[in-house]
Amino acid sequence: MARNKEALVLLLDVSPSMHNILQEVEKVCSMLVQKKLIYSKYDEVGVVVFGTEDSSPLLASLWGLSVAWSVGISFVFICQLPGGVKFFANEKKNPCHPFPEFLKHPLLLKISDTNNELTTEVGGYEHVNVLQQIRVVDKDTVEALQQLPRGTVSGDFLDAIVVGMDMLIKKFGPTNKGKKRLCLVTKAHCPVKAPYEGTEEDQVNTIAAQMLAQGIKMDCIVPRGKQTVDENGGVMEENDHLLGVFSKKSSSKVVYAESPTSLLGALRTRRISPVTIYRGDLEISSALKIKVWVYKKTAEEKFPTLKKYSDKAPPTDKFATHEIKVDYEYKSVEEPSRIVPPEQRIKGYRYGPQVVPISSAEWDAVKFKPEKSVKLLGFTDVSNIMRHYYMKDVSIFIADPGNKKAILAVSALARAMKEMKKVAILRCVWRQGQGNVVVGVLTPNVSDKDNTPDSFYFNVLPFAEDVREFQFPSFSNFPMSRQPNEEQQEAADNLVKMFDLAPTGREEALQPDFTPNPVLERFYRHLELKSKHPDAPVPPLDDTLKKITQPDPEILSECKSVVDEFRRLFELKENPKLKKSAKRLLRDKPSGSDEEGEGSGNANDVGAVKYIENKSAGNIDKIGDLTPVQDFEVMMSRRDSPEWVNKAIKDMKNKIFDMVENSCEGDTYQKALECLVSLRKGCILEQEPKQFNDFLRHLYKFCQEKDLNNFCEFLASKGVSLITKTEAVDRKIVGFHWCFYCGNMGNSLVNILPTKVYDMTLPTKVYDMTVMNPMIASGLRSFELKQFLMFGGQMNNGDLDPGLNLLLIPK
Amino acid sequence: MELDPDDIFRDEDDDPENEFYQEREASKEMVVYLVDGSPKMFSATALQENQEETHFHVAVSCIAQSLKTQIINRSYDEVAICFFNTREKKNLQDLNCVYVFNVAERDDLDRPTARLIKDFDCIEESFTKEIGSQCGILSGSRDNSLYNALWVAQALLRKGSAKTADKRILLFTNEDDPFGSIKGVVKIDMTRTTLQRAKDAQDLGISIELLPLSRPDEEFNISLFYSDLLGLEGDDASQFLPLAGERLEDMKDQLRKCMLKKRKVRRVTFSIANGISLELNTYALVRPTLPGTITWLDSVTNVPLQSERSFLCADTGALIQEPAKRVQSYKNEDIKFSVEELSEIKRVSTGHLRLLGFKPLSCLKDYHNLRPSTFLFPSDEVVLLLLAFLLLEVVGSTCIFIALHRSMLRLNRYAVAFYGSATHPQLVALVAQDEMVTASGQVEPPGMHMIYLPYSDDIRHIHTDENNETPRANDDQIRKATALMRRVDLKDFSVCQFSNPALQRHYAVLQALALDEDEMPEVKDETAPDEEGMARTGVVNALEEFKLSVYGENYDEDKEFETNGKVSEASRKRKAIAENAVKECTNYDWSDLADNGKLKDLTTVELKYYLTAHGLPVAGRKEALINRILAHLGK
Repeated sequence: MARNKEALVLLLDVSPSMHNILQEVEKVCSMLVQKKLIYSKYDEVGVVVFGTEDSSPLLASLWGLSVAWSVGISFVFICQLPGGVKFFANEKKNPCHPFPEFLKHPLLLKISDTNNELTTEVGGYEHVNVLQQIRVVDKDTVEALQQLPRGTVSGDFLDAIVVGMDMLIKKFGPTNKGKKRLCLVTKAHCPVKAPYEGTEEDQVNTIAAQMLAQGIKMDCIVPRGKQTVDENGGVMEENDHLLGVFSKKSSSKVVYAESPTSLLGALRTRRISPVTIYRGDLEISSALKIKVWVYKKTAEEKFPTLKKYSDKAPPTDKFATHEIKVDYEYKSVEEPSRIVPPEQRIKGYRYGPQVVPISSAEWDAVKFKPEKSVKLLGFTDVSNIMRHYYMKDVSIFIADPGNKKAILAVSALARAMKEMKKVAILRCVWRQGQGNVVVGVLTPNVSDKDNTPDSFYFNVLPFAEDVREFQFPSFSNFPMSRQPNEEQQEAADNLVKMFDLAPTGREEALQPDFTPNPVLERFYRHLELKSKHPDAPVPPLDDTLKKITQPDPEILSECKSVVDEFRRLFELKENPKLKKSAKRLLRDKPSGSDEEGEGSGNANDVGAVKYIENKSAGNIDKIGDLTPVQDFEVMMSRRDSPEWVNKAIKDMKNKIFDMVENSCEGDTYQKALECLVSLRKGCILEQEPKQFNDFLRHLYKFCQEKDLNNFCEFLASKGVSLITKTEAVDRKIVGFHWCFYCGNMGNSLVNILPTKVYDMTLPTKVYDMTVMNPMIASGLRSFELKQFLMFGGQMNNGDLDPGLNLLLIPK
Repeated sequence: MELDPDDIFRDEDDDPENEFYQEREASKEMVVYLVDGSPKMFSATALQENQEETHFHVAVSCIAQSLKTQIINRSYDEVAICFFNTREKKNLQDLNCVYVFNVAERDDLDRPTARLIKDFDCIEESFTKEIGSQCGILSGSRDNSLYNALWVAQALLRKGSAKTADKRILLFTNEDDPFGSIKGVVKIDMTRTTLQRAKDAQDLGISIELLPLSRPDEEFNISLFYSDLLGLEGDDASQFLPLAGERLEDMKDQLRKCMLKKRKVRRVTFSIANGISLELNTYALVRPTLPGTITWLDSVTNVPLQSERSFLCADTGALIQEPAKRVQSYKNEDIKFSVEELSEIKRVSTGHLRLLGFKPLSCLKDYHNLRPSTFLFPSDEVVLLLLAFLLLEVVGSTCIFIALHRSMLRLNRYAVAFYGSATHPQLVALVAQDEMVTASGQVEPPGMHMIYLPYSDDIRHIHTDENNETPRANDDQIRKATALMRRVDLKDFSVCQFSNPALQRHYAVLQALALDEDEMPEVKDETAPDEEGMARTGVVNALEEFKLSVYGENYDEDKEFETNGKVSEASRKRKAIAENAVKECTNYDWSDLADNGKLKDLTTVELKYYLTAHGLPVAGRKEALINRILAHLGK
C-alpha cells in the first residue's frame, strides 16, 4: 500500500434511535468519500451498519450459540438456551474457525443471523451488517452511503468495532500502522451485551489494547440531541464510560455533537497529514534551549481551484486534453509590437514615481537574511496583547515527543504562564533562507487529558508598519440623541444575555471546531449531483446548513420576548407591508434560500422572523395563536377591502377574551397585554377609539364577574388606559416644505424640490401611497425628521417619475 | 518562468486575498503641510536628558517620517510643503513671507520623490540660510503671513477635482494668537479676512487641520483664534486638545497618527433580528504591509514592460476570449461548472452581517483565527441609501451600536455573526473594544473587531502517537518557571513596537539605490532579543534554576535520545547512508576524475557519495551535481 494511503471502516449505527439524524450521517459520510475521490483516490473504505435486523437465514440455526475462545489450545462453546446456560469445551480441531484471531483474550460472543464475515465464520455479531467490504473508493461507495438502510433493532457498537477491526486486520494484517482507521457514529443508546466472562470494561480494554497493537485509530462521534434522556437507566452513562476507556487506552477520539449542524462538522472529511513547519530549539536564552516541533493549528481549506476548460477541440477528438494554457508576453510600453524575452527582463520596485531596477542577484546580496531560530524576547501580561492583533492562521508548539525533558519544560512554562496570566513574545525564523522574521505571541494550552502533553498556541503579531492608527470619536462624545437611554441599555443587556449560543448545560452552538463550511458542503453536493445530471441546478442550503448563515429559529423563538422588546425600544419598526418589498429589493436573496412560499407545517421549527416574513407577504385573514400582534397589524394594513379593519378589531377582541378567560394563573397575561396595546394603537390609528374604549370597559366588567381582578390590576400597573380625546383627534395633512437631495443616481443628482407630504397615519388613508408632486405646496411648515420609506413611482427608462411616495412610519 | 504574482491573481475570481488585502481607493489624497517658520518655533522647548528640541524640529521630523511612509504606501498621494513666516518668499502668487519648498523635477504639489525626501531630511541645516525665519505679522506692516499662507495652500490645491481627491491643509504652529502683536481696527480687519480665507477654502472642499504645538508650561489656547478658523464650537473646542503637561514624544506620536487619513473599506448592514439592522463602516486597522509591487523593466533600456496575458486552447491553439468554464475531475469525469454556478454556490448569504447570537468571551479560543481582523464603527453619516428606486434610511444605528457595545463589554460576551461576502462567506466573532486613551491620545478606538473564525475543516488536530501518560511539570518546576517569568518581563510591551526589519531593509535599499548612494545603509533589527538583559545575573540565575529543576544536572541532549531509543527510523537510516557514503567515497580519486573530465562517466548514485560525504546538497540533474563537485574541489 502506498505511503499516504488510508484504510477506513465506517461503523454506522442505523438503529431506530438514530433515524432522525441519519440524513446528516449520510451527508457527512458521502462528503468524506467524495473528498477522498478527489484528494486521495487510492484510499480504501469499508462500510458497516449496525442495528439492522437481517433476515438472512444463513446462520439462523445457530441462534443462541455463543462462542468463546481462550488463548492457546481449547475453545469453549457456550450454548445459551432459554432458561439456562450450558458450556461445552472442544478441542482445537473445531471445524469452523470460531473466533477472530486478533483477540488474545477470552471473550464471549453471541451468535446470530447476520451476514458479516465474522458471523459466517464464527457466529455472533447479530445486527451488524457489512454494507461494503474494504475497497478503493468509487462512486458506488458514495451511493451506498447516501441510501443507508434504516434499522429496526438496537445496535451494539462494541460488536461493530470488533467487526470493523476484523475487516481491517484480515485485509492488511499488521502492515499500514497508523493508516488504519475506524470511524464510529452512534448515539450509544443501546446496551452493550454483557460478555460471559469479566466485565464490559475488561472487554473494552482488550479491544483497545489490540487496536493499539495493530495501529488502528478510531474516531467516535456521538450525535446526541440535547433533549436526549437516558431512558435505559444508566445505559448511556455506561456506554460513555466505555467510549472514554477507548480514548484513554488507544488512539481514539470521542466527540459529542448535539445538533445536526455540529454533526456535519464533527467528522473530519479531509485527511491532511500534519507537517511540521519547524523542528528545533525554542531558545529561552543561549543557555536554555527546549526542543520543540511546530505544526499549523489552523489553515484554511480553500475552495478547490478548478481548471479552466476549453471546448474548442472537435467533439470527435478522443485525446483532447481540453486544457487552457496561459501565455504571458512582456512588451515594451513604448513599442507595443516588440516582445521582450524573459531573460532580458529585470525586476523594478517603485519608489514614489521612480522605478528602481534591481536584479535578483543584487537583491539577494543585500536583502535581509536572518538565521533560522526561534527565540524568546520576553514574557508580558496577557492584557497587553489584544485579541484583534492576531494576524494569521495559528500554529501549535509541542515539545519534541521523544524528549521527556522538553515535555516537562514546556509543561512547566505553560502552566506557569497560565497561572500568572502571562504570554511569551517570540521572534521566529522557521527556515534557513526565509526573507523575514515573524514576531508573535505564545499562549499556553494546558491539556486536561493525561495522554496529551501541554503545548502552546502561536499567533503572529503585527509590526509597527502594519498598524494604522485611525482616530475615531469617543462614544461618550456623541450627542444624547445617539446615546441609548437606561431602558434601551437594559434591553440590549438582555439581548446579549438571552440570545445565547452557549447556554450552560448544553452544547455551545456554532463552535468553530464543529461547524462545517457551508460553501464547501454545497460545492461537493452540487458536484455529486452534476456527476449524475450535468445540468443539475445548484442545490439550496438545507436547514442544517442554514443554521450557520442565519439565526437559528429555535434559539430566536426562545428569546422572542427579549428581541421584541429590543426592537420596540429602538423604534426601528418598519411597516410590515413595506418590509417585504423593501427587503426583497434591498438584499438580493441568498440563492437557495426558501424563505418565502415555504409552507412548512412545523410551526415550532420555523422561527418568528420567517413566520412574519411569510405572512406579511399579504393575505392574512385571521389572527393566529402564534403571533397575534403581527397578524393583527398585517390585517389592519390590508387595503383590498375596508372590511379588514373591522374584522381585525373584532378578531383581536375575541382573541384577548380567550386569553384572559383561559389563562392559568396569569400565564397568558403578558401576551394579552401585548395584544391589547396593539389593539389600542390600531384603534387610534383607525379612528376607532370607541371600539377600544367599549371593549376595555367590557373586559373590565367581565373580569370582575369572573373573578379575574388580578388581570385588571395587571393592566393598570402597565398603564393601559382608555383612549383619550386628545389622542383620538383627527390628524390632518402635514404638509411641509422640503428640499431633498437623494444622492447620486447614475450621473445626475435627483433633486426633489418643494414637496407636499401627506401623513400616512391618517385614517382611511393609512399606508396609502400618496404621490408627492413637486409642483404642489409652498410655504409649509418644517418637519421633524422621522423614519420614513420612500418609493419612486413607476420606473420609466431609468428615470424617476416626477412623483415619489413617501411613507412615514408611525411611531 | 518567473511571473509577477500580482498578475497571476488579478483576474482570479475566486482568489480570496485579492479583495481582502488590496484596498486601493478610487480617491487620492492631496496634502499641503503648512509649517510656521516664525522665530517662536525655534525656541527650545523641552530640556530632557540634555536634549534640546524645538517645535520646528518636531514638525519637520514628523513630516519627514510621514513622507517616508507615504512614498511606500500611498505614493500616488500628492504633497506640498510650505513654510510661512519666512524671510524669503517663493510662491506662484509672489506673496510675502511664504516659501514653498520643492526640489527639481517636481511640481509644487506632486507625488513625493526620493530627492524631496533626501533634501527635506536636511532642511533644518539649510533653513536659516536659504529660507530664513521672520515673523510675518507685525504691527505697522499690513502683511498677513497666515492669510498669505492659506491663500498659497488653497491655490496649490486647486488642482484636481474635489470629487476624486481628498484635500487637506495640515497647519503646524505654536502661536495660538497670530494677531496678538497688533491692535485695534487692523487686528479686527486682519482676523476677519483670514477667517474668510479659511472659510472659502473649506467651502471648496478643503479641510484644514491644526496640529498645535504647545509646551508644558504654556498651553495652546485654541479659543483665542483657531477655534473660529476651524469652525469648532462649544464642546468640540474644549476637547480638541487636552494636551497640557505632555512630553514631546507623545506629541510626535499624536501628530503621526493625525497624518493618516482614515479610509473605510466598505459599508455593511448588520442585521440583528426581526428586521432591525444597523449601518456600519468597516476599516482595516491591521494589515500586513508588503513591499511594493514589482514592475518589470527591460534590462537594456530600463523602460517599463507591459505584460499581456492570453489564454490558449491546448488542443487547437486558438485564443480564448470568453470566460472559460471550470472543471473538477471527479469519478474519472470532468464535471463542468460555469462561472455563474460557482458564484451561486458561494452565495450562501448576502454581503451583510447577520447576528447569530452571543457567547461568553471564554469561548473564543486562541486558535480561532485565520486572518487579520476588521474594525467596525457605526456609520455616523445620515445617508440615504439609494437602491434601485427605493430609498431607505436607517437612523439610530449609532444608538443601537453603542447599547450593544456597552452590554457586550459589561457582560464579557462577544457576538457571533455570519459575514456573507461574495468570495469568502465566513463566520465571524464581533469583539467589543472599549476606548483606551493615554496621554498621547487614543490608543484603541471604541468599536467592534470582526475576527474571522475557522470552520471545522480549517482546524487541524495533531495526533501524537504517544499513548502513555505524558509527564507533567511538578509544582517546583512551575515555581521556577514563574520566577523566570518575573525576571524576563516586558513591562510595557505593545504589539506594534517593532518595525519589520525585512521591510525596513527593503526600503532602505530602495532609497539608497534611488538616490544613487554608494553605501548600503545598515538597518537595525529591532526584533533581536535583548542579549544584555538576558545576561543580567538575576536572569541568568533564574534560568539556571529552572534548567536544573527540569533537566537535572549534567544533562546531555544526545544521551537523552539514545537512552530513550527514540531516534527515529528515518534519522537512523540517514545516518547509515551518510556513513556508507563516506566509506564509498574513498574508493574514488575524485580530483583525478575531475581533471580528466571523467566525472560524467559516473552514475548519479556514485556522484552522490561525494556530495553526501561532504555535506553538500544532492538535489538536481547530473550536470548540476558535477558542477557542484567541481566547485567544491575548487576546479
